[in-house]
Amino acid sequence: MNVAPEKQYTDLYREARGLLAAHSPAVMDAVRDEAFATFCAKGFPTTKDEAYKYTGLGPSFAPDYGLNLARRPLAADPYAAFRCDVPNLSTSLFFVVNDTLCASPEHLAALTPGVVLTSLADAAVRFPDIVGRHYGRLAAQDDALTAFNTAFAEDGVFLYVPDGVVMDKPLQLINVMSAGADMMAVRRLLVVIGDRASAKLLVCDHADGDKRYLSTQVAEIFVGRDAVFDYYELEETTPANTRVANTYIRQAAGSNVLANGVTLTCGTTRNHLSVELAGEGAETMLGGIATLDARQHLDNNTLITHRVPRCTSRELFKYVVDDEAVGAFAGKVRVEPGAQKSVSQQTNKNICLTRAARMYAQPQLEIYADDVQCSHGATVGQLDEAAVFYMRQRGLSHKEAVTLLINAFVNEVIDHLRMDALKERLHLLVEKRFRGELGACRTCRKCK
Amino acid sequence: MKLLEIKDLHASIEGKEILKGIDLTINAGEVHAIMGPNGSGKSTLSAVLVGNPAYTVTRGSVTFGGKDLLAMSPEERSREGLFLSFQYPVEIPGVSMVNFMRAAVNEHRKHRGLAPLTASEFLKLMRDKRAIVELDNKLANRSVNEGFSGGEKKRNEIFQMAMLEPSLAILDETDSGLDIDALRIVADGVNKLKRPDTSVIVITHYQRLLDYIKPDVVHVLYKGRIVKTDGPRLALELEEKGYDWIKKELGE
Amino acid sequence: MKMKEDKNKFVRKVAASEYKYGFTTDIETDIIPKGLNEDVIRLISAKKGEPGWLLDFRLKAYRRWTTMTMPRWAHLDIPDIDFQDISYYADPRSKKAAPGSLDEVDPEVIKTFNKLGIPLEEQMALSGMAVDAVMDSVSVKTTFKESLLDKGIIFCSISEAVREHPDLVRRYLGSVVSPADNYFAALNSAVFTDGSFVYIPRGVRCPMELSTYFRINAAGTGQFERTLIVADDDSYVSYLEGCTAPMRDDNQLHAAIVEIYVHDRAEVKYSTVQNWYPGDKDGRGGIYNFVTKRGLCKGVASKLSWTQVETGSAITWKYPSCVLAGDGAQAEFYSVAVTNNHQQADTGTKMIHLGSNTRSTIISKGISAGHSQNSYRGLVRVAESASGVRNYSQCDSLLLGDRCGAHTFPYMDIHNDTAVVEHEATTSKISEEQVFYCNQRGISTEDAIGLIVNGYAREVLNKLPMEFAVEAQKLLQISLEGSVG
Repeated sequence: MNVAPEKQYTDLYREARGLLAAHSPAVMDAVRDEAFATFCAKGFPTTKDEAYKYTGLGPSFAPDYGLNLARRPLAADPYAAFRCDVPNLSTSLFFVVNDTLCASPEHLAALTPGVVLTSLADAAVRFPDIVGRHYGRLAAQDDALTAFNTAFAEDGVFLYVPDGVVMDKPLQLINVMSAGADMMAVRRLLVVIGDRASAKLLVCDHADGDKRYLSTQVAEIFVGRDAVFDYYELEETTPANTRVANTYIRQAAGSNVLANGVTLTCGTTRNHLSVELAGEGAETMLGGIATLDARQHLDNNTLITHRVPRCTSRELFKYVVDDEAVGAFAGKVRVEPGAQKSVSQQTNKNICLTRAARMYAQPQLEIYADDVQCSHGATVGQLDEAAVFYMRQRGLSHKEAVTLLINAFVNEVIDHLRMDALKERLHLLVEKRFRGELGACRTCRKCK
Repeated sequence: MKLLEIKDLHASIEGKEILKGIDLTINAGEVHAIMGPNGSGKSTLSAVLVGNPAYTVTRGSVTFGGKDLLAMSPEERSREGLFLSFQYPVEIPGVSMVNFMRAAVNEHRKHRGLAPLTASEFLKLMRDKRAIVELDNKLANRSVNEGFSGGEKKRNEIFQMAMLEPSLAILDETDSGLDIDALRIVADGVNKLKRPDTSVIVITHYQRLLDYIKPDVVHVLYKGRIVKTDGPRLALELEEKGYDWIKKELGE
Repeated sequence: MKMKEDKNKFVRKVAASEYKYGFTTDIETDIIPKGLNEDVIRLISAKKGEPGWLLDFRLKAYRRWTTMTMPRWAHLDIPDIDFQDISYYADPRSKKAAPGSLDEVDPEVIKTFNKLGIPLEEQMALSGMAVDAVMDSVSVKTTFKESLLDKGIIFCSISEAVREHPDLVRRYLGSVVSPADNYFAALNSAVFTDGSFVYIPRGVRCPMELSTYFRINAAGTGQFERTLIVADDDSYVSYLEGCTAPMRDDNQLHAAIVEIYVHDRAEVKYSTVQNWYPGDKDGRGGIYNFVTKRGLCKGVASKLSWTQVETGSAITWKYPSCVLAGDGAQAEFYSVAVTNNHQQADTGTKMIHLGSNTRSTIISKGISAGHSQNSYRGLVRVAESASGVRNYSQCDSLLLGDRCGAHTFPYMDIHNDTAVVEHEATTSKISEEQVFYCNQRGISTEDAIGLIVNGYAREVLNKLPMEFAVEAQKLLQISLEGSVG
């Protein structure tokens, strides 16, 4: 019996069309059918699709996941059940359990005045203009997974920082997969940062228990003129977890964005990050760290598009691939005609620790303007044996030496972060990760 | 005999007027120093004379050896005998000094109706001229200006001057960034190359280069005009007193 | 000195660049009717008097080809090609038998090759180069054959090799590039007409450069040549390939295969100066160049080096590759690809490391001008079985003008933890400062661009044999003529 993995979802869509409409705001429902048609036409991407060359997704969708299409309320209060806040980091903390936002009144009240954090359903009522102008406007219409997400999304998270508002504290959003059965979450994030505004958002991805989980997430992030936005993602999920996250960022003139993703543990993860430099003088810095072992599979796919002159992009991704894990990095920088004086620098460095570990690197430049400074470099190699030996000669154990070197290797990425407490936290987490102290914890309670 | 004659020269860059009416005559065999505070237009003047396309001449005329200099392309000006020692010599990766100079020398020869040099003649010429500025053979085999230190770049400029034997050489802040030994080598090179009928314009902030390359005339360029012209002692006076007294004279 | 920004005048002016090899030769040519089917393949095979096994090889490839589709993954805009509108065989020697001596070759053909600077005379001895000249589908004349044979070196047309050395051809043909490898490889395997065959016996160092010149002359024909080089243990050969075609308004298809088999400790250097007609300044005409070139470094410590200077063709689709199977094998790929006007190139290499302690180097220099699109596409794969692999890749792009594109698509697939693989890429343009500096020294803008471009490509040009390097340098200049002004 060989049924296409798409079938259960196309059936589900037709059966649950009424449910989807009933449980989602009109603005989300309006684009649903078109997205579904796109998904039907494309199906789940396979490794024959260039963008998904390293991660075919059909098999990940094959299991019979539950979807909370009827929007049943959560059983427990996540604030009590999960404690994942980063020490020394005074954040406004919110949870998304599977695909439902939980925001405590206490944390909402602590937000900088003017800042809005709420569900998309609520936002569609309170800010119909803003949601209408932005929802579904940035995400690539032709990506099968974005189409899938758009077809099944019923709600999501809305963050709005009005013009000129500077958030005094970072905002932390914790995504938790938690269910008694195999579960799929369809997540949506819409972020609108006004002109001259400033905000930092940290999103942590956790999976609780050993059930099979799959999450799709589409994030659309609009960054206004001269605004500053930091977007951090930290994934610590489980081997049975699949994460498909498509993040789209559009930057207006003079804006500055830092987007950084750390994958400490995962099952199968495919991240796509697309940044559109749409206004002159915009700057972006993308970073990523991956520490993969066992049979973890991580594919980071980035696209930076320089649409207008005088923008700057930098990219730095580092992978440490152990055991039988698979790492992939495909980064494309596209400089469109007329985008003169573009400056772009991309670096991807990778270390394979075992023979069975696999690393695929695909840095790409597509340049249609001549007055540009673009470069990329990619390396795959090992730790410096001479350095290991040198340290051992000074009395360090082999393991200790290796841990030190790996930390030094990935710290270059961490050092780019603009949140000191998070830096310290990551230094610690990465170190713990390589000492094997992280894997011992089964749930996010480990962060206590 | 008049070699260079500049009349009422106005020039601008990106719409901003930098030169506001320069009058200057240089006779064959003379050495002129042009001094002046930063931003007065000294480098602009040299750039305009060699035809840098970034600058627009808005008024005035320049004749060089009796010909209309402004009507010529930069390479024609070079072949006519105008040489600029760049303040910031340009790096050209992958192009060896040998190939670069051979192309230049043979273009100059062609202009004068001479046959191109054979490879061995050319290499001999390189060797002879290199000695004038004590330029290492290693440098001559490298790419143009690539990986040269500041001093080596300046010596390389004078070496090229030796190869091309210009009738008028403009030294645009050739002394900047040179220690005293390098300065002496560069200046000695210029003096060795000087013939009775060739002229030099020395653009500098400081007297020290003029200790080695003795000017016949010293000009002060200020706000795009030559505001004072005198003999060598003017340079000493400027070294001693700065530019304020000139500004005062101008009623500022 | 501050330069005016965004004012790229000196590279804006686009004028017609002259293709210097665009003459046609007026000779009697035997051309079979257009179209492709099994009968045509049988006809080609019969005309060449081939043995049955070769006809089978062709028919199998043809049947495979009919099940395949045009590859569309490259960064190329490839128009539909009507494979039934091409004649698959053109013999400029009319209907006579193969020439036994130079006197029997049509004087017009000799004139053609003389115009190309390839005198088919034994005087080639002076330049120490043996030449096989292929016009349209057929090898016209191989010089120097006898003196090579003294050393046991076989250098002849592949048709002749099929007749004279059938066992060798049968053993190696398709052993590196299988007929099913890709669409154009299948097509070539079905219809290839001629090409060169080289066999260097054990322990022999080929005393001279071997060289083949390819020329498409007849209109409405395609050229499908096939080159097979076998270097036995401890042997060495340097092989050069040059190509030209007349200027025609319609597009002509060139789909060649080059296979190189390198045994233990043998070394092969393969250099190409590809100068097929690129089309006119408006993009009319030009050769579609779809070529599969691959070498198998089968032996331990075997060495293969590809050097290419690509200036021609309307479309280039070409990835000279190395399979490093033998332990300690080494491979190099040095490439300069120039595109001007409306040319498109998607070219690069594949380095497949199967053996341990294998090493590869990739140096690619792309130059784009006019409205052209120039892409580097390269794969470095390290198999699980291959330890101690080293690869270094450097891909630079130079843009002349703001209406062209330069792209880099490297792929690194690393399945072994002991590999060290490095890739670097940069994109730059010729700065106005550089050109002006040359101007100030009396060098015209056109010459300055030539100097700078040659300097940029020097690392690759240095890899070419002397005679070729000079020609390549001139070609670079000619190809870019009119792209600056």
